[in-house]
Amino acid sequence: MTATLTATESAIRLKGVTKAFGTGESKTLALDDVTLDLPYGELVLLVGQSGCGKTTLISIAAGLLDPTAGEVEVLGKNLTRMSGTRKVNFRGEFIGFVFQQYNLLPAMNAVENACVPLLIAGWSRARALEKAAEVLTKVGLGNRMKSLPDQLSGGQQQRVAIARALVHDPKILVCDEPTAALDAASGRTVMELIKAVACQPDRAVIVVTHDSRVYDFGDRIVEMADGRVEKVSVLTPGETFQPA
Amino acid sequence: MNWVALRMLLGDRTKFLGIVFGVAFASLLMGQQMAIFCGLMRNTTSQVRDIAGGDIWVMDKNVQFVDDIKPMSEGKLQLVRGVEGVEWAVRLYKGVGRAKLEGGNFQQMILIGLDDASLVGAPSPERMLVGDVADLRRPDAVIIDEFGWRYLFPNEPFAPGKTLEMNDKRAVIVGMCYCNPTFQTFPILYSTYSQAIKFLPQERRVLSFILAKAKPGTDPEALCVAVEAQTRLQAKTNDQFFWSTIDYYAKRTGIPINFGITVMLGFVVGCAIAGQTFYLFTIENLKQFGCLKAMGVSNFRLVRMILLQAAVVGFLGYGIGIGGAAGFGYAMTHFVKSTPPAFYMPWQVLALSGGAVALIVTLAALLSMRRVLFLEAGVVFR
Repeated sequence: MTATLTATESAIRLKGVTKAFGTGESKTLALDDVTLDLPYGELVLLVGQSGCGKTTLISIAAGLLDPTAGEVEVLGKNLTRMSGTRKVNFRGEFIGFVFQQYNLLPAMNAVENACVPLLIAGWSRARALEKAAEVLTKVGLGNRMKSLPDQLSGGQQQRVAIARALVHDPKILVCDEPTAALDAASGRTVMELIKAVACQPDRAVIVVTHDSRVYDFGDRIVEMADGRVEKVSVLTPGETFQPA
Repeated sequence: MNWVALRMLLGDRTKFLGIVFGVAFASLLMGQQMAIFCGLMRNTTSQVRDIAGGDIWVMDKNVQFVDDIKPMSEGKLQLVRGVEGVEWAVRLYKGVGRAKLEGGNFQQMILIGLDDASLVGAPSPERMLVGDVADLRRPDAVIIDEFGWRYLFPNEPFAPGKTLEMNDKRAVIVGMCYCNPTFQTFPILYSTYSQAIKFLPQERRVLSFILAKAKPGTDPEALCVAVEAQTRLQAKTNDQFFWSTIDYYAKRTGIPINFGITVMLGFVVGCAIAGQTFYLFTIENLKQFGCLKAMGVSNFRLVRMILLQAAVVGFLGYGIGIGGAAGFGYAMTHFVKSTPPAFYMPWQVLALSGGAVALIVTLAALLSMRRVLFLEAGVVFR
């Protein structure tokens, strides 16, 4: 996508977003009139109990799901009015994803996995592999580039996933429970990496988590319950998060 | 992304080989059965192809195929010779006789009697393995086909002078020739017309066919029409007789249905194995496809990836399968020395098998695609 992004203060802006699944008696309200502004340059943590709507919220913010009602504006573009094809291209160009289960392609080694978003963007394989190698080195896996996913530890696999999410220099990084499948030490390493490498003044990072051990990495913590935003806390450096 | 698709496909070698095996098996079964069917059908016409020299075959109007002998009176030959456009016409005897072998056993034989003067219809020099066609003019002489010799005298090298007894008459084998395998698999004996009618019990009419040559510039098909109009006989070009013989066997025997069932079985088995394995392969990779979808791969691109995977599997499976079928045919025709198996693989067999394999992998891909196309990209978060 070649459109120039409009400079706005908020990277992601949700206005009265509602998402319902099912109809009639089986209708479930996953998000209920959520309004939220997420700025650039911050690491935002979305926290709350399982089933509170965190994943639905990031799916909508990343253009993977359409809201039942409300407006979603990402990088100044209204996603709710965007066609399916444009939304796919938008995701490919501006959004990076880190998943709980890494979702690496098992047949491809670390550097090949990391270069996939560049191939999607139409880069040649040679250039994509070169760029992916640079990013893998940044995340500390310069010596494991040829390793297949099953030859890497969970923490290393998640680092490959982070490299893959950042390789095309996205404006938004969406991480879904990136530490859930990791032990405490690996979890901290991954969060440190996200904080150090991913957080940039022109990029917004959203991390869905219910891992309280990583709360201190957040610049802003959005607490959710029953599909609603309960509280938004902006933390200053050194401040400890106190859940509502 | 084609590279990613191929890496995904080749990543799990066991599954990949499983899908290729399914397609290869289907391709082998279909190709081999179709080739055997074509071989059998072709064998029914071996004598139409082997008895060369004339442009048209003239026969009783009720004859339906080359082995359907309805003898005509000798006078018909003159009628045919009198038709405008006929350069020459000669007699041909074709019948099945019983020969007594040296050991006292009896064996059915196909006996072909050629015009004494011209020997039209005799094996060409390239088909003569031992001896000369002109030797047929020697007393009691017959030329036997290669497979017939091997059948009658297994493990014996060819030796001229071997004798048979037919209708209490002595037949001396003076040569051996190559003949295309016949449907009935009886040994074939060539002799002169006058000799042939002595080898079989006397009948009032003995003329089986008339072979005629069209004058230069005369269309053989037009000549057939003229012969039929003027003689009340039936006339066919070599090509017409070839196809009418095949048509008879196709319509009047269960061969096409039986082979059709096996070919269909191959198709169904191929669909089942390849379709199921390919579908399961896609289902197991569903999360990966969802991940690619989330990362910005369009449905159209995913469809292209799946089609590429299907095409690779199809090409490999088809190549292995049809190659195996061809190898089977080659081995059988080269190493089976007595009665060669009916196996003929024209380009149409390759094309039909290829088309069926393409259909199998397309169906498998469509089945898989459906799941991928309706996959929500949000599945990656679940």
